[in-house]
Amino acid sequence: MTQPVGWRLGVMTSLCVDHVQQSWQQCIVENVRLLDRVSSRKAALGTLYLTATHVIFVENASETRKETWVLHSQISSIEKQATTATGCPLLIRCKNFQVIHLIIPQERDCHDVYISLIRLARPVKYEELYCFSFNPKLDKEERERGWKLVDLNEEYNRMGIPNNYWQISDVNRDYGVCDSYPTEVYVPKSATAHIIVGSSKFRSRRRFPALSYYCKDNNTSICRSSQPLSGFSARCLEDEQMLQAIRKANPGSDFLYVVDTRPKLNAMANRAAGKGYENEDNYSNIKFQFIGIENIHVMRNSLQKMLEVCELKSPSMSDFLWGLENSGWLKHIKAIMDAGIFIAKVLIEKDWVSFGHKFNHRYGNLDGDPKEISPVIDQFIECVWQLMEQFPCAFEFNERFLIHVQHHIYSCQFGNFLCNSQKERRELKIQERTYSLWAHLWKNRADYLNPLYRSDHSQTQATLHPQIASCNFLYKFWSGMYNRFEKGMHPRQSVTDYLMAVKEETQQLEEELEVLGERLASLQKVQSNDNKVKSKQQDQNKELGRSTSNISLANTPQEYNSNLKSFPSRSPSQGDEEDSALILTQDNLKSSDPDLSANSDQESGVEDLSCRSPSNGGCLPSEDSGKDSDEAVFLAV
Amino acid sequence: KVLQLEIPGMEECLNVASSIEALSSVDSVMMLYPFFYRPPSLRLEAGWHLFPLERYYQQITSQWRLSSINRDFSACPTYPPAVIVPAAVDDEALRKAARFRQGGRFPVLSYYHRKNGTVMLRSSQPLTGPNRKRCREDELLLGTVLDEGERGFIIDTRSAQAAKQARMTGGGTEPKASYPRWKRLHRPLERGRPLQESFAKLVDACNDTALTMDRWLSRLESCRWLSHVKAALSTACLAAQCLDREEACVLVHGAEGTDTTLLVTALAQLILDPGCRTLAGFQGLLEREWIEAGHPFHLRCARSAYSHARLKQEAPLFLLFLDCVWQLSRQFPFSLEFGEQLLLTLFDNAYASSYGTFLGNNEKERCLCKVKESTHSLWAWLNEPGEKKKYLNPLYSHNALVIWPSVEPQSIQLWQGLFFRWIRSSEYLDEAWAEIQRLVENDDTSVEESAGNGQSQAPLDTTAQTENKR
Repeated sequence: MTQPVGWRLGVMTSLCVDHVQQSWQQCIVENVRLLDRVSSRKAALGTLYLTATHVIFVENASETRKETWVLHSQISSIEKQATTATGCPLLIRCKNFQVIHLIIPQERDCHDVYISLIRLARPVKYEELYCFSFNPKLDKEERERGWKLVDLNEEYNRMGIPNNYWQISDVNRDYGVCDSYPTEVYVPKSATAHIIVGSSKFRSRRRFPALSYYCKDNNTSICRSSQPLSGFSARCLEDEQMLQAIRKANPGSDFLYVVDTRPKLNAMANRAAGKGYENEDNYSNIKFQFIGIENIHVMRNSLQKMLEVCELKSPSMSDFLWGLENSGWLKHIKAIMDAGIFIAKVLIEKDWVSFGHKFNHRYGNLDGDPKEISPVIDQFIECVWQLMEQFPCAFEFNERFLIHVQHHIYSCQFGNFLCNSQKERRELKIQERTYSLWAHLWKNRADYLNPLYRSDHSQTQATLHPQIASCNFLYKFWSGMYNRFEKGMHPRQSVTDYLMAVKEETQQLEEELEVLGERLASLQKVQSNDNKVKSKQQDQNKELGRSTSNISLANTPQEYNSNLKSFPSRSPSQGDEEDSALILTQDNLKSSDPDLSANSDQESGVEDLSCRSPSNGGCLPSEDSGKDSDEAVFLAV
Repeated sequence: KVLQLEIPGMEECLNVASSIEALSSVDSVMMLYPFFYRPPSLRLEAGWHLFPLERYYQQITSQWRLSSINRDFSACPTYPPAVIVPAAVDDEALRKAARFRQGGRFPVLSYYHRKNGTVMLRSSQPLTGPNRKRCREDELLLGTVLDEGERGFIIDTRSAQAAKQARMTGGGTEPKASYPRWKRLHRPLERGRPLQESFAKLVDACNDTALTMDRWLSRLESCRWLSHVKAALSTACLAAQCLDREEACVLVHGAEGTDTTLLVTALAQLILDPGCRTLAGFQGLLEREWIEAGHPFHLRCARSAYSHARLKQEAPLFLLFLDCVWQLSRQFPFSLEFGEQLLLTLFDNAYASSYGTFLGNNEKERCLCKVKESTHSLWAWLNEPGEKKKYLNPLYSHNALVIWPSVEPQSIQLWQGLFFRWIRSSEYLDEAWAEIQRLVENDDTSVEESAGNGQSQAPLDTTAQTENKR
């Protein structure tokens, strides 16, 4: 192995031996081929490395040495296919929708890799997760500040809470009432501890109705809770009082909408298990509404089916559309959006809502076993994207932000999305032992800004009104997410990045202009030369031109035809030239882009690592190996 | 777009209906609106001779010549008076080759790829017929296009099966034996009735408010419109790939050579040639490859999607082209100088226009009706400074490279700006567009201002100025 790759590996390496009980040699497999997902003809020969945290594939092609990095926690499934004449195929599917298709020459090696990965991808203890070993070299204060970036209490303050109607309750202070709720819960002022505790006993997993969102413009609110344990006829006085209290905390509303996100059939079936839904007769002034969002198992299957469609090798337009429809994914997205729209409308109409059941779609700080809930958070993120497509100026963040958040929900590189509840996170001392994603994203916030966002814009001022009448057709397949790693499929030029650059330039030039104006004034006084400023300013202009042309293009033709082979291509070198142009634009990708871990060339690769661990050996858990991480790798080479 | 009017009184309603019916299907071309439309700001003759073929010919090497064989439209009634042909082939040979091609559309130069000197030709199908007739002049014409040892591709926009069947009706395709250096590739593209039905179905689906999400995608699929878009783009890319990557000459034809042929040649040029991606270049491309090349606009773009009579000749090929251009503009947002608004305007004008540009089916008809003398040109209007601004893409920056689009289904999208134009409000998208424009213009003005500021310094400091230039 040559040096540069070596030290980069070293940066990431904590000893593989610890986990896999294998020697270094066996963690490296040479002459592995990485197949291109879109065109099967393109395959890259290279070397596969397994480390404690990543699967790394380094291409042999000497000038690019393209690297593909995959965190073990991103791995969703590993499939070993039947050995063929060319080798043993290994298919690694990731939670961020990347699919890596490897062909390993020796069946035995393939088996070893397969067994190791199965072990590495399914850690038993939280402590094995990457975030506990990930160390971006921040000092303690910075780490703490990172965790304080998003403060839920501040969020509620923004909504105007506490106020005359709502207050913080400490009833759950030691998680005594509900272990999956945080310690501080916002409830109506008139709800006493007795009512809350009584109500919680009548709710699945004791998730009593609590405030989720408060609209201070018209004093309406969204609450959420789990399903009541009503069975066929059970009642609970305290729960009825709780809902009554909520209704009273919304002055001016005569009704409380209880929105059940399940299909009615599912809710009714649950009654047999002693659960169910609120009986309108028992609660005063509630209106009950079912919104048929299917359960997580249906959603997971739907996502699965859609991903299979994405994996099809050169499908026809019909295959694709049929597959997409059969997966039902967009139908589910629409159902969720409809629910959101219904609730928003109700809010606007000065009514108010309490959720009969967990409505994760609104619940940003999702906690839970990723296996159990995975499609739900994906769906929430996609819903936001669908809204962004309809309201391009309304969101301060851009598509990249959503994709990176999705990536890190599964990467386990940061502690934010770990565990199932605040209780578990506290027990694990997540805040002391891991880093916050929000700090990381905040650091690179320039990459995540939507250049079209203006805080004074009509789209940002008021509630969004998605188009309901014809919104059927407006929901689109999100190839930016689900075919994220097939770069060739996406628009080759990023309007967002270009506009951001333009915006920055404008600002710079305006500042420059100001400086020049001042200089000019003084010049006119002194009548002296000032060519320094001017030449600087001209450089600036040139720079702008360059950055625009950099973004402008990188592109290679695809397989438009398979018969062409009969004519040998006469310009092999030409192809390479434009291929390298393609890599050039990947340079333009932001250093914070986790994709870089998948497609990094030499220059950006270095940058990429620096964002993950700014100094060498930063992420190593043990102190002693931190200094000479280079050696750790070269031992193996 | 559907307008629903409520008219009091049965009789009046019927009168209005029959008047509209009669007025919207005027028989004589000379009675159409463009012959009466006289906007005050335009001169009648402006814009008609913006893109002479002579100018296009200037870029091409001496192996080609500009022939005026068709001055009186005798060789080919659907070709313009001037065409570019191999210099080594004389007019007499052309005349004979024309007799061997349907409608007289002998192979002519459509595009010259300056990067490597390869060319794209277009024609109609050869009239081989069931007896496998041959034509020496036609073989010679295609033979001289290729240098010693070179090979070329013939892209037939019909399936091999359909091309074979065409022999029964006198048509056919170039047999390998008579054109040994040309390799035939069949890329079937939909045309005529099926394409029109696809379009009508799509418009129905888009207007069906009762349609639910779970059936929308299969409805979209059953229209097959996006499949046609994908096929058209793929075929154009194939042609472009032959020219640019294989460095081989290409001949494109289907049957008549006036529909799918033009779709492929025009798209391929847009992909290959940065010159075609400017506003003026695109107008020139349309003029050359659609209007002068004889796409029968009058027959194809008569009734749009709602043709009750199901006119036999109606087919939205030009719309399919515009849709493909839109797909390119979506995938390469900086590379086209014009925006969606231009494509929409072109669509509108192809179907109903105050201007004469899209009138008639070919140059011969336009000549007979004196279109250029008695109507206004659409280009003259579009190029008015105030008007032109609406069509420019603020993000445009010249891109000298070939733009290879992705033709994966995931990358092909429904053109909402057209098909949902009257269904949804585009208020928010327009706002975003205005914001983009504002950002870019802000930048331009501040660049100009600071440049201007630098200029004002010049008299003070000329030596520094020249140094900087170096």
